[in-house]
Amino acid sequence: MNADEHEHDEAPRAPVPPAHEQPVTVSTARHLSRRRFLGAAASGVGLAAVGSVSGALISRSAHSAAAPARAATGAVTGSSATHQWAMVIDLRYCNGCKACTTACERYHYLHEDQTWIHVFTMQSASGEQYFMPRPCMMCEDPACVPVCPVSANFRTEEGLVLVTQQRCVGTRICMNACPYQARYFNWSAPVPAPRQPFPQEPAWPVPQVEGTVGKCVFCAAMLPSGRIPECASYCPMGVIYMGDLESDVAVNGIGNTVTLSKFLTENTAIRFKTTFGTHPRVWYITGHGQTLDTDKEVA
Amino acid sequence: MSSRVESLRPAEGVWHSAVLEPAEETTGTEEPPPAIEMVRFAAMRPVLFRPKWFWPAVGALSVVVALGFAAWVVQLRTGLGAAGYNDQAFWAIYEANLVTFIGVSYGGAVVSAILRITKTTWRAPLTRIAEATALVTLPIGMLFIIPHLGSSWKLWELIWPPYWNLSSPILWDFFAVSTYLLATCVFFYLPLVADLAIGAERLARLQTSPRRKLLYRAYRLLAGSYDGSLSQRRLLAGAIGLVAIMVIPMAVSVHSVLSFAFASSSRPGYLETIFPVYFVVAALYSGVALVVVVVAAARRLFHLEAFIERRHLVRLGFIMVALGAAYLYLTFTEYLIDSYSNTTGNAAWVYQTVLGRYWMPFWFYFVAGGVVPILVFMFRRTRNATGVVTAAALVLAAMWVKRLVIVIPPATEPLVRSPFGPTGALGLGWGTYHFTWVSISITVAMAAAIPLLLLIVFRFVPILPVAEMEELAAAAERGTTTTATVAAGPVVRPRAGNEALAGARDHAETQGDDDDE
Ligand code: SF4
Ligand code: SF4
Repeated sequence: MNADEHEHDEAPRAPVPPAHEQPVTVSTARHLSRRRFLGAAASGVGLAAVGSVSGALISRSAHSAAAPARAATGAVTGSSATHQWAMVIDLRYCNGCKACTTACERYHYLHEDQTWIHVFTMQSASGEQYFMPRPCMMCEDPACVPVCPVSANFRTEEGLVLVTQQRCVGTRICMNACPYQARYFNWSAPVPAPRQPFPQEPAWPVPQVEGTVGKCVFCAAMLPSGRIPECASYCPMGVIYMGDLESDVAVNGIGNTVTLSKFLTENTAIRFKTTFGTHPRVWYITGHGQTLDTDKEVA
Repeated sequence: MSSRVESLRPAEGVWHSAVLEPAEETTGTEEPPPAIEMVRFAAMRPVLFRPKWFWPAVGALSVVVALGFAAWVVQLRTGLGAAGYNDQAFWAIYEANLVTFIGVSYGGAVVSAILRITKTTWRAPLTRIAEATALVTLPIGMLFIIPHLGSSWKLWELIWPPYWNLSSPILWDFFAVSTYLLATCVFFYLPLVADLAIGAERLARLQTSPRRKLLYRAYRLLAGSYDGSLSQRRLLAGAIGLVAIMVIPMAVSVHSVLSFAFASSSRPGYLETIFPVYFVVAALYSGVALVVVVVAAARRLFHLEAFIERRHLVRLGFIMVALGAAYLYLTFTEYLIDSYSNTTGNAAWVYQTVLGRYWMPFWFYFVAGGVVPILVFMFRRTRNATGVVTAAALVLAAMWVKRLVIVIPPATEPLVRSPFGPTGALGLGWGTYHFTWVSISITVAMAAAIPLLLLIVFRFVPILPVAEMEELAAAAERGTTTTATVAAGPVVRPRAGNEALAGARDHAETQGDDDDE
């Protein structure tokens, strides 16, 4: 996608500057979570009957039509949750050491190729090499959720997309649906894990379950106690910020605390593959002239 | 003997005919005329008399199936990775098999249905074989969902309504295919009723073994109270007509829905609006090819040369090649448009498929499944039964490979990386699917299950639709069929082979044992 296509993509949502010039604010996130609320009301997980299909359609159209208005009025989120988790990845400082990937795999007892946060080596439009860590985008309109036949995927009130591995039958259609290649299957027995502080559950999928799909969970079980995800903690460059759209704060692993909305605006943060309508909760701060959608991987 | 064969004219007796236009009400129960008797015998022959090769064939096929089962147990123990899958080849062989096997079943049912609806008279000796093929291949195709699932022990969740997520294309598939299975069973059973009644008559005379006694009871049970009266025949003919009409849209919808599982995603190469049509035509194409192969085999193995002639194979071949041309056209359309757009994802998978890492399977399809069948029909020298059967066998292989080409390249295409750029690096970041002995064994086992189940089916049900053939023969005799029918000749045409058949019958029936020559 080039800049034009960004413009085109964002056009129906807001009559304002194109995405990469448009400041990303908390109110953007809020109107999206309101939309999510509508979506949840109409097509909540496990809702039987055709309503769930039509509900999904309704929520999508309601979103595109009514969102600009809500953004303009700055309407508050419809969710009662006290947090809306988000992540910021500052590509300017990533050196491709993959400490994040290693920490994640160690923490969640994953196989080496289960790179829930995968560091892609990319090349920018100007030919410059840079690195791009890719966790799950925790999409507000996740492509992976509606395709699951047994409702094993769901999105929490706090904006986390999680997998009930006990339920997952392993059709892998969510792996097909995710535009970010963020899902990883357990093709063989999982890495054995010692006794865990939590029972195996969607927010704490340790150990993994053979024959089911797994993915980055933003270290969901740790968030309530104020701990940032393992990748953020272990990044020596402070690239990964864990943020909360409600309290408008983001923190990285080397002690920087920022005002989330200001941080995103000032650094012209962008989101990955906006053309897919998934509305990720992960923002990237570029700085090398990258446009994430066109850059190609070089190694 | 010759005196029995010489008359073609159906007697005035009741033949339990039930298909299409029932003849006028008749009474009496005289011996059926010889030609009809020969059809009845040939249809029941595999049921009554076990061919010598039966057990060896069943044994060999069972071994192959058992090996596949063992491979599946290995896969269960070690995980789906044993079948060669990985995160960048998350769908591959089993998904292609699912589409292929459900697809071939589609061909059998729809061919039979279309030939019925269009009142094509030459269909008569073929319909039972076509319908049996549909009946057998569909459950096998559905079985592929088991190795396909990463956690097949949780299969029950798919039929557990509280878990259902109705916005999932997988669930749509599940409903569509299950409904279709029901329809296929009904479509197999209804035309069978009259034949079971006829077969029961013969079994009643030949209750020499426990097996035959059991069969006799089963036939009586399944034939219900059918006695071939005019009102019953009308009713049955109406029901068959209705189901034949219903089977077509149902089969179309099933295969369209099957394609939604791919087409409803955002993945380049899957997100194709052409997919529903593409899948339907592919299914028909490979399905007719399988019917050709099965009919040719059954003709040989069950001594049906007197009824199924070479022209039947050639005519089926015409249908096949027409579908093949349509499929080639759809492939061309899809590939041209996707590559011409030159968008990152789409052009990349077309490039990889046609010229890149998947060039071999693609060109195999193109030659064996696209060009060869057309060539076979272009030349008079090859436009014969041998040519058609060879082409059909090639088409079956080619269409399986084509399904792999549909499923695997888009699944292995990198989404985060966009390697299709002006600076090259086209192959960068692509995943790879590796065939393993596990996945191959399971696939071969399922393929072997088709002849195995067909052999078993024809040990239990008449292989020829007797009532239907008699009905059409009678119609031809009465001159109530179209001129096309007349041109095609009578449906029940005794030939030199009948002489031998009659001999075989007399021999076999006086022997009274279960073995055939
Ligand atoms: S740990 Fe930090 S610097 Fe290293 S690859 Fe991950 S995000 Fe980049
Ligand atoms: S990034 Fe993929 S896995 Fe994560 S929420 Fe979005 S669609 Fe689902």
